Amino acid sequence: MGGRRRGAPRAPVPARLSPVDLLRTGASGLRARPLRVVLSALGIAIGIAAMVAVVGISASSRAELDARIDRLGTNLLTATPGDSMFTGETAKLPKGAAAHGERVGGVRRISEVAQLDDASVYRSDRIPKGESGGITTYAADLGLLDTLEVEMAQGAWLNEATSRYPAVVLGAKAAAQLGITEAGPGTLVLIGAEYYSVVGVLDPVELAPELDRAALVGWGVAGDRLGMDGHPTTVYARADPERVDEVRELLGRTLDPENPNEITMSRPSDALQAKEAVDAAFTGLLLGLGGVALLVGGVGVANTMVISVLERRGEIGLRRALGATRGQIRGQFLVEAMVLSALGGVAGAVLGGLVTACYALWQGWLVDVPLWALAGGAAVPVLIGAVAGLLPAMRAARTPPTQALGAG
Amino acid sequence: MSAATGTAPGPAAPAAELEDVARHYPGGVRALDGVSVRIEAGELVGIVGPSGSGKSTLLNLLGTLDTPTAGAIRIGGHDVGALGDDARSALRATGIGFVFQQFHLAANITALDNVADGLLYTGLPMRRRREKAAAALRRVGMADRAGHRPHELSGGQQQRTAIARAVAGDPALILADEPTGALDTATGEVVIGLLRELNAEGAAVVVITHDREVAAGLPRRIQVRDGRIAADERTDGARSAAVGGVRP
Ligand SMILES: Nc1ncnc2c1ncn2[C@@H]1O[C@H](COP(=O)(O)OP(=O)(O)O)[C@@H](O)[C@H]1O
Ligand SMILES: [Mg+2]
Repeated sequence: MGGRRRGAPRAPVPARLSPVDLLRTGASGLRARPLRVVLSALGIAIGIAAMVAVVGISASSRAELDARIDRLGTNLLTATPGDSMFTGETAKLPKGAAAHGERVGGVRRISEVAQLDDASVYRSDRIPKGESGGITTYAADLGLLDTLEVEMAQGAWLNEATSRYPAVVLGAKAAAQLGITEAGPGTLVLIGAEYYSVVGVLDPVELAPELDRAALVGWGVAGDRLGMDGHPTTVYARADPERVDEVRELLGRTLDPENPNEITMSRPSDALQAKEAVDAAFTGLLLGLGGVALLVGGVGVANTMVISVLERRGEIGLRRALGATRGQIRGQFLVEAMVLSALGGVAGAVLGGLVTACYALWQGWLVDVPLWALAGGAAVPVLIGAVAGLLPAMRAARTPPTQALGAG
Repeated sequence: MSAATGTAPGPAAPAAELEDVARHYPGGVRALDGVSVRIEAGELVGIVGPSGSGKSTLLNLLGTLDTPTAGAIRIGGHDVGALGDDARSALRATGIGFVFQQFHLAANITALDNVADGLLYTGLPMRRRREKAAAALRRVGMADRAGHRPHELSGGQQQRTAIARAVAGDPALILADEPTGALDTATGEVVIGLLRELNAEGAAVVVITHDREVAAGLPRRIQVRDGRIAADERTDGARSAAVGGVRP
């Protein structure tokens, strides 16, 4: 710095504030007004918490649904007769449809059931006829349990012997409705005109929920005593997971070669996957709402900063007198706004994460809060703060120091 | 790092020099008009005059917080009119210390932090700032109150803290606008005594005062009236500080 000529010293150059000092000055205004900090950071916190929770809950729900689809498999196909437009009676599949279907390449297991329209189910003969309660009787083949990959909640599935005698396996809801708490030869229900022993109760069948309200009797007994004509009404097939589409195509034609177009093939797991898509659309909507909350939060921060700048003209004047440049004053208020909304952001991200965890645990789901949502939730408000603080900070920098001191 | 002003080698440049300076406000208010005055390095000057006469305006111009509408101002050899806002800020950071009637201390931090934050814009690292702040508080006799917050201090102690903040960076020029205005007479005397001591240690001190007795005790008095200098008197006495005194 030597060699300065007398009378014409070089213009002084302002010193730069270190990042730590800049952050300290930015935070100093907040430390003095903790309540205001909490209230104005709240808007940002709510916005971020809402968005993190929406993302987290939808991610957790998707993880849960994925796990469920994984567990249930996507390879179950259901074949039902299409609506018979010309004949008024219930449409049926040809006799021995399942046996035909078994020969289709890629079919691993196949089973059929026949709905029995005239066989109502009652707990006893003292219950009036009107109160059958929506329980449907089906004749089922013995392989049904394996095809559906469902477990018994109680008792045993039908076998060669019980399928020829008045024995019945109830779906989960049917059992609950009839008040059956224990399966066994002594537990009887009335089907049609005869009593049947309840030999077992099924677990809920997620991919074939129609069977939850079913009373399943053997193929033989249905033909002997309930007037079953041997035509199945639904065929269930498990396909090789790699060949599901192919099997779906072929099976339709094979089950009813005479009327291939009248068969409706469906894949129950599709409904679960469609639910994921619906969830995604709903998530988008909720995220938009969170964004609006965030915007309102940003306006709140801007508002707080405007007031802060007006109130602190004395401080601004003092800092200018102490040697702060306009840029340093601007920087201080800009950092203050950024710190203010960053506090809201961090609080919001933590809150959103907690809400997600609580909700997911309450639902019995896996907890899945994407890291990017947490990081974004903490980082985006810094940007919002910068935008919200820009005008107030510029205003602070423009305040003439004499005026500022006079007002203080 | 040396202060940008006042420590130039050779015969000391005047601490401040005003040449035919005017400060007019829109609407025809002539806060100052045709003011020429020279304040030597290390001088102790009182500014007196009725309310509204332009004393604060003059002090703000000396402190580069305001710019004149006409005339030239040199502070520590710098032609203020030729400096941009940033350079003027830098000049204030290292060359000029301010003391205000209302103290202007931050309420929620200690006396030590208030003084240390006064050095924030000098570019010194935090540790040096705190060391210098502690030294400045010792100079004003406030070492034992360093950890107190302003509301735990009396008015006089608060003003001493503010003075410590003004002198912590060893500025060549200290400007005080009615520093005793908010204090009782006895406390005011302590504050004026302190300013005298600091002046004796080498800084030029310009102090606005309403108190006739205080003014009478100062080696030089500039009387302002209606924006002009009405009188500029010096008393040569044992109590006046040496002009161009050597800095420690
Ligand atoms: N920002 C301003 N705008 C207009 N007039 C002002 C402004 N600041 C000061 N003045 C006027 O300048 C004159 C001098 O003011 P000031 O220097 O504050 O007086 P003193 O400090 O001697 O009481 C007063 O008449 C005052 O009203
Ligand atoms: Mg005044």
